[in-house]
Amino acid sequence: MKDQLYQYLLMLGDNAMILGHRLSELCGHGPSLETDIALTNISLDLFGQVRNYFQYAAEVKGETNDEVTEDSIAFMRYPHEYRNTLLVEQPNKDFAFIITRQFFFDAYHLPLLEALMQSKDEQIAAIAHKSIKEVKYHLRFSSEWVKRLGDGTAESHNRMQTAVDYLYPYIGELVQETPIEKEMKEQGIGADLSLVRSKYYEKVKTVLQEATLSTPQFFGFHDGGKKGVHSEHHSHILSTLQYMQRTYPNMEW
Amino acid sequence: MSLNIDRLEQEFQAKIDAGHNIEPKDWMPEKYRKTHIRQISQHAHSEIVGMLPEGNWITRAPSLRRKVALLAKVQDEAGHGLYLYSATETLGISRDELFEQLHSGKAKYSSIFNYPTLSWADIGAIGWLVDGAAIINQVMLTRTSYGPYARAMVRICKEESFHQRQGYEIMLTLCRGTQVQKDMAQDALNRWWWPSLMMFGPRDAESTHTEQSMKWKIKRKTNDELRQQFIDITVPQAEFLGLTVPDADLKWNEESGHYDFGEIDWDEFWQVVKGNGPCNKERLDARRSAYENGAWVREAAMAYADKQEQKRLAEVG
Amino acid sequence: MSTKNWPLWEVFVRSKSGLEHRHVGSLHAADAKMAMENARDVYTRRQEGVSIWVVPSSAITASNPAHSGELFEPAQDKAYRHPTFYDLPNELKHI
Repeated sequence: MKDQLYQYLLMLGDNAMILGHRLSELCGHGPSLETDIALTNISLDLFGQVRNYFQYAAEVKGETNDEVTEDSIAFMRYPHEYRNTLLVEQPNKDFAFIITRQFFFDAYHLPLLEALMQSKDEQIAAIAHKSIKEVKYHLRFSSEWVKRLGDGTAESHNRMQTAVDYLYPYIGELVQETPIEKEMKEQGIGADLSLVRSKYYEKVKTVLQEATLSTPQFFGFHDGGKKGVHSEHHSHILSTLQYMQRTYPNMEW
Repeated sequence: MSLNIDRLEQEFQAKIDAGHNIEPKDWMPEKYRKTHIRQISQHAHSEIVGMLPEGNWITRAPSLRRKVALLAKVQDEAGHGLYLYSATETLGISRDELFEQLHSGKAKYSSIFNYPTLSWADIGAIGWLVDGAAIINQVMLTRTSYGPYARAMVRICKEESFHQRQGYEIMLTLCRGTQVQKDMAQDALNRWWWPSLMMFGPRDAESTHTEQSMKWKIKRKTNDELRQQFIDITVPQAEFLGLTVPDADLKWNEESGHYDFGEIDWDEFWQVVKGNGPCNKERLDARRSAYENGAWVREAAMAYADKQEQKRLAEVG
Repeated sequence: MSTKNWPLWEVFVRSKSGLEHRHVGSLHAADAKMAMENARDVYTRRQEGVSIWVVPSSAITASNPAHSGELFEPAQDKAYRHPTFYDLPNELKHI
């Protein structure tokens, strides 16, 4: 039970961390100073959430192992122990990909946190309560940008449609229940993804429509991340993320 | 006509001498305007280019705490660039024109950002030394004569107060760590010390702008005065860390109450200013490609805004 | 590149309820919504505000400094608009 809670916290934290990492790669390289600052704010919000989840995860794990800290969880795991979805590890191909990936995640993140606010686990409920204000803003920001670029120029429309078509097969994994999520749901700790799913697809459809983008007719999807089976991009992220720990083991920074 | 200009210039100088600020719509000599466009935009460019060497370590920051601090710091620099570009725009030039000057190599920015960040300790050294040097300059500029510039500096100084502490804390942790970490810290100090001293610009005798800048209260202290102030503050901080400042001639002078220090390598300084520093090309390339890759985004946002406006007008009509 | 640049907006922030909005700076945005979001991200990162106004810079009409004399100096000698202009005995209270 403790281990399942720990794994569940990893799922929540890893999505935020890997997406936060992707956004942090952009700092200094965005299309305008204003968007640079905005996306960095989102990245900072996500890393704040990561710290909350991992500090709690360290407590949970700490009962059997006091070497565990938020940082050992963030930086010292093997690749298959990371439980983020494949969507968030997709690279920053262009601004259309960045915005689409963000929107696909935010639209899931909000109903997920709404559900987690009802969690029987007080810590998770508290983290969700704190995070939801941030995520409401993320979703507003990314939805606006999806519309702006979808219904902007012919070029921006094409770029957005390409990004939507490319990333859409990754969104199914977000709301597909794994055994750990099922167990947590039954304990009253985790979210019921079937409820998240209907809200999620509804939101995605509405915004894409307003953005004059077509929703891909695709029924299969790519998954594996939540079980630790990742895309080729993932180990490259880790080699950057874990660089200091792997090059200079066992030091305080 | 020229009599009239003379009178306006006298009144202008009298206003500055009396300690009044100059505001965007006030009459100002053309040279005052141009000097400010050059100086404030140079400052803005430095903030923006300055994001790059530190940004190089965001994804590799060694703890979550260090990562959020660095991310917030680099983000602040974007904000500070933005405030300063806005201040420059009050002088009648657009941000895009200023970007073009940067991208074409016509505009300068602080040479320090043309040095590479090679280790995590460099992030500590930049916060400690580069931000330390910048603060000395910026505190002086909160009292500069041009209102929008002075106000931007007040905001910037307030926000930057955590930047130097962030850097020094990194150095302190390294210096209390393993031998490998201490060596890393010393190596960073060795590489960043002299470029930091160069940040204050050429010696007073060689500085082309100092006299006029002092008269217009753009600057209130000379390059050499500011450099000395920085050294006097910083050397004891290096001693506290147990690090050695890489200057054999550095010595406390009881008589003057200041540190004496060795000669700066001015050839290196001018080489980097001229664009031949280790990273000049990378830095400009990064800025240019961010701007060029963002063109379609900025264009789309305008097209969308126009469409929305048309829709609104149609509904009203 | 033919793109029109994002226009300039002026940002006013109310730092806490009960206080007036104050001008804090400017920024670029394509439309009002974006200006509002950018203002939030740029100017309230450190809890500087509880309310924001954004105004297109082009919508502001400013007084001309050359007219400062006729605009502002005539108010200088109107001391009768200030309470200290009126002589009343010191023993009088609450007036």
